[in-house]
Amino acid sequence: MFLDSSDSIEKFGLDFIFSRNWDPVREEFGALTFIYGTIVSSFLALLISLPISIGVAVFLSEIVHKSVRTSLSFLIEILAAIPSIIYGFWGIFVLAPFMRTTIQPFLQSVFGFLPFFQGTMYGTGLLTASIILAIMITPIITAITRDVLKAIPVSQKEAAYALGATKWEGIKMALLNARSGILGGAVLGLGRAIGETMAVTMVIGNKAQIKASLFEPAYTMASVIANEFAEASGGLQVSSLIEVGLILFGVTFIVNSMARLLIYSVTRKA
Amino acid sequence: MTAEKVFKNPANLKRRKFVNSLMIFLCVVSSVLTILPLLYIFIYTTQSGISALNIDFFTKLPKPVGETGGGMANAIVGSGILIGIGGLIGIPIGILGGIYIAEYSKSFLAGVIKFTTDVLSGVPSIVVGIFAYGVVVLSMQSFSALAGGFALGILMIPTVTKITEEMLKLVPQSLREASLALGVSRWKTTLKVVLKTASSGIITGVLLAIARAAGETAPLLFTAFGNSFWQTRLDQPIAALPLQIFVYAISPYEDWHRQAWAGAFVLIFLVFVVNFLVRFVTRNKYS
Amino acid sequence: MTFADTEEEEPEIEQASDPSVIIKNAVTTKDLSVYFNKRPAIENINIKIKRNSVTAIIGPSGCGKSTFLRSLNMMHDMTPKAQVFGEIFIHGENIMDFNTVDLRKKVGMVFQKPNPFPTMSIYENVTAGFRLNGIGSRKEHDIIVEKNLVSAGLWDEVRDRLKTPALSLSGGQQQRLCIARTIAVNPEIILMDEPTSALDPVSSSKIEELIYNLKKDYTIVIVTHNMQQAARVSDQTAFFYTGRLVEISKTRKMFTNPKEILTEEYVTGKFG
Ligand SMILES: Nc1ncnc2c1ncn2[C@@H]1O[C@H](COP(=O)(O)OP(=O)(O)OP(=O)(O)O)[C@@H](O)[C@H]1O
Ligand SMILES: [Mg+2]
Repeated sequence: MFLDSSDSIEKFGLDFIFSRNWDPVREEFGALTFIYGTIVSSFLALLISLPISIGVAVFLSEIVHKSVRTSLSFLIEILAAIPSIIYGFWGIFVLAPFMRTTIQPFLQSVFGFLPFFQGTMYGTGLLTASIILAIMITPIITAITRDVLKAIPVSQKEAAYALGATKWEGIKMALLNARSGILGGAVLGLGRAIGETMAVTMVIGNKAQIKASLFEPAYTMASVIANEFAEASGGLQVSSLIEVGLILFGVTFIVNSMARLLIYSVTRKA
Repeated sequence: MTAEKVFKNPANLKRRKFVNSLMIFLCVVSSVLTILPLLYIFIYTTQSGISALNIDFFTKLPKPVGETGGGMANAIVGSGILIGIGGLIGIPIGILGGIYIAEYSKSFLAGVIKFTTDVLSGVPSIVVGIFAYGVVVLSMQSFSALAGGFALGILMIPTVTKITEEMLKLVPQSLREASLALGVSRWKTTLKVVLKTASSGIITGVLLAIARAAGETAPLLFTAFGNSFWQTRLDQPIAALPLQIFVYAISPYEDWHRQAWAGAFVLIFLVFVVNFLVRFVTRNKYS
Repeated sequence: MTFADTEEEEPEIEQASDPSVIIKNAVTTKDLSVYFNKRPAIENINIKIKRNSVTAIIGPSGCGKSTFLRSLNMMHDMTPKAQVFGEIFIHGENIMDFNTVDLRKKVGMVFQKPNPFPTMSIYENVTAGFRLNGIGSRKEHDIIVEKNLVSAGLWDEVRDRLKTPALSLSGGQQQRLCIARTIAVNPEIILMDEPTSALDPVSSSKIEELIYNLKKDYTIVIVTHNMQQAARVSDQTAFFYTGRLVEISKTRKMFTNPKEILTEEYVTGKFG
């Protein structure tokens, strides 16, 4: 891959990362808008998904009865197994209209003074993509959090209960003890969100721009590869797209390695 | 000591009990929020899909733009071919990797393989697609079934490796020792005792990997590329179900949307069946 | 005190290196030590075991009985953190001169928990040593199955259901099946690590009877926690304590008039 992208690396150098220009006709390529789209959409997804995932994991491991736990875990496993193309499809036909008619007007009426929630409401766009991503990474973060909570010795919680702690206080202690593992799960989910392609491509609007409003369309690294690669006109465009892929690979590799090390650090001890 | 003071202080008690109930309530809300999209997607896909599903869908070729009717027969066969190629590459490598990690876990190399598969499982599938493009498409100078299958094969490796490792670790050590003590060599023990004992679990893992590969779209965009005609040659672009769904889904035609839902239903049905099967087999065996 | 004799009148330590003594015995160990993670589990064990005898190994939990037993068929080479020092001779041959596969055909092992192969039938389990190595014809297997199930005292109970899964047998039957599987490959020595501790008394006594019958063809080394069992089945008994061999004597003598005070305290139940 490195070799295949050497053309664009030579031509654009570091500018590639910092330039907003992406113009196949004039053969000028800069990846900044895509990097921006990827970062914002995945972090937003993580922001939405993390608290929910922790809630589900706690619900599964500490609150609910065993029989419910197995079926609920199973459903969440299936959630992780649904192909992303189906999420995207559903996103176009169900989520995006719902965003346009309900969620976005609501957000605008309440938080409209913030630049994030201003402007035209298309339905598709950065926020919708983030929500789809959040749905998709929740099973991953939940599973890891649950495993990590399981690895925390019961004796610690029991000691807290013996002192008269409420259930939540015991759970909070367990969560605090498991925090590096949960962080690992979160980073893993982030990695998945960064690399997710089809679902995002279908709902993010695919417009190479950087706007403050989350209602605006955007473009991610993965989606630009998905959309342009097969039809790329010139060698330089292909090579630029491969360089985008290389950046994507580098980022997810680092993110995933970090996640694994964090998770190992908790589960190894147990 | 201080903890005791905090916990036993009656002034705090009311507030603490309230926080407790609130947090537990929020956990329940999260769970509902998570399950809701699943049910919604499932019901919606089933509804839209079943009504669009007919014999033509499985037996006919796509019609040209503008005409209604037709089916995705070529895409279904194409997906089968792609998965077949992927399986030939991904399953043996995945199982070998799993064996190595589980049975030779003390060695340095096993640790490296484990870490690599863990990280590989996080590499975006579109990046794997680019890799397949670089390795196969560029050298063959054409999009092809081989390139698509190669990409799917690489994507299957981590799933198969992981489940093989887990299933082999469930095989009791005493069986390995029993076999070794009879004067059976290490690798024959691994192959004929350990692997055989774990085989049903490994098969379910392979099924999981296949179900996942069947839904992969991104890496096929510029490897298998898609095709609206009958095409079963391995060195030519080939149709695939998820690719077809993608093309139809983003098209402006009502009838194509209908067919895309039918395709989506087939995929989701596959995922459900495989997951239920896996659930069933693993539960019977190990709990 | 690192060396103990089988019989009082037998010669002293120097003669253990005498080749004729080594060849005469089924098992001879010289300064056998095993370390796990550099920590000793057994140290400087010197033992001689005669052919066609039953040797019981007793001692408190963790004293190294299993460790000793497993060094005789080189089972420790499965554990990278284990290191074995000293020499072991099987019928006069140093075990380092064998490869492990051949050694284990000569030195069979029966484990604490019955461990028949779950994917195999009773028939297949008995012939496992051949099947897994791809040896023998169908006819030969038939003969092997009957002969060894008879020897293991299981034939009458299972002759009608040889094709059923081995796990359908009771625990005691499974253990006898494992013994049949072990003797089927014709070992010279059989190691047994607490073979009856997972079984009920009736099954245990069947196994004890079996051990008594097997003695004429095999040399048997058995680890047991059950003092009565040691007294019933063995010709000589070795007492291990914290990784050392305290005493090895004829069983009768061991339980009536041991040389060491420690042995006496242990066999009379003062500790352990
Ligand atoms: N695989 C191993 N790794 C590390 N230490 C071990 C291992 N196996 C045995 N040991 C240690 O070696 C010592 C002797 O263990 P061994 O199993 O031989 O005892 P034992 O006499 O058979 O006890 P028991 O009667 O409980 O079976 C123990 O201290 C044990 O902790
Ligand atoms: Mg033991």
